[in-house]
Amino acid sequence: MEKHDQRLRFEQLILPHLDAAYNLAYWLIHNDQDAQDMVQEAYLRAFRFFQGFRGGDGRVWLLTIVRNTCYTWLQQRRTDELTIPFEEELHDLECDALNPEVLHLHRIDQQRLKDALGALPVEFREVMILRELEELSYKEISAVAHVPLGTVMSRLARARKWLQRYLADEMNEEKKI
Amino acid sequence: MNCTETQRLLHAYIDVELDMMDTLEVEQHLQKCPTCLAIYNNDQALRTAVKTGSLYFQAPEKLRKRIRSSIPKANKAALLAQAVSWRGLSVAAVLLFVMLFAAWGITRFWPAYIAGISLPQEVLAAHVRSLMASHLVDVPSSDQHTVKPWFDGKLDFSPSVVDLASQGFPLLGGRLDYLDNRPVAAVVYRHQKHIINLFIWPATQDEGSETNTTTLQGYHLIHWKESGMTYWAISDLNLNELQTFVQLVQSSSGGLPH
Repeated sequence: MEKHDQRLRFEQLILPHLDAAYNLAYWLIHNDQDAQDMVQEAYLRAFRFFQGFRGGDGRVWLLTIVRNTCYTWLQQRRTDELTIPFEEELHDLECDALNPEVLHLHRIDQQRLKDALGALPVEFREVMILRELEELSYKEISAVAHVPLGTVMSRLARARKWLQRYLADEMNEEKKI
Repeated sequence: MNCTETQRLLHAYIDVELDMMDTLEVEQHLQKCPTCLAIYNNDQALRTAVKTGSLYFQAPEKLRKRIRSSIPKANKAALLAQAVSWRGLSVAAVLLFVMLFAAWGITRFWPAYIAGISLPQEVLAAHVRSLMASHLVDVPSSDQHTVKPWFDGKLDFSPSVVDLASQGFPLLGGRLDYLDNRPVAAVVYRHQKHIINLFIWPATQDEGSETNTTTLQGYHLIHWKESGMTYWAISDLNLNELQTFVQLVQSSSGGLPH
């Protein structure tokens, strides 16, 4: 009868986080149908390994499985996604002080913001999604993405700088036209 | 704190991941340094744009159905497997089993069910009571070092009291209250004109540690367990702000190691 109890717990603790699971999968994979497949696979895995769930935040636990499922998929199909020489580019950016008055909130176009986030390398994109859209803490992000806390912080810092630069460049382009 | 140090910690500051000391130092620096303040403002503008943008992809309805139907299937298969293995048992044994299961079900779920609905109601009642009578706090103080020691000798545990004034949640004081059949600590905070009661008492073994959110009669309740303590935060604040408050409480007891 453990099984009945477990299914009940699964329905209460894991099923409600479907939107979070889909949102993360969509941002990692950029394709509705594949993201749906990833989420379903992740849910089946989650159900199978639910015995190993020792309490805590069900959403964080599920997102870890979704993330692993998506990464396995990316490794098989899009190895290029996982090997982008982003470090160099960001290093340059840090030496180059950002013009402080570049960002005007009302001028940030939604579609551009979406494009900008989508253009971020996947390791940086995932910390942004987990932090800004799921509002996870650094500790939780470090658990989902399997990286130390310090790396979470530095990836967020770099991703935000890069996004600002991307959006600022787009705005400057616009002015010239 | 200089510019290099501030900019290194700026993102942890924005994400409310710094401890009190560093938070204060970053704030002091931002007040006097226009360059760092401009960087901070840009980061905040970006965050607001990301958060308020329509960037969150909701799961399609058909995926919801697909998953709902695939989960019970996995479970039915398991139950079927059990049924098959019972085929050799006599009807009497099965009946006995059913009776035992029913008895187990009643003892297993009944108390949890009762506790599950009555505790949030109890918390809500305590919150409303604290607002109606002129008895919000027993020890009115915005100083955590006054409030925390006040509980000594009145309770058999020491609740954590944190100073969140700089994040917009000033401490109003502490109060003794009675919940879940025991005396508990009520630590009272304010955000704008809204009062937040944070109830703290030692956790029992069999509770889960996940953070739960409930809404009762227009009040939001957030419940979590940390370091052996049960926490209930309740307020008429909107849910987002109450969640921010809870994150602040959680992170100021943990803090970011560096």
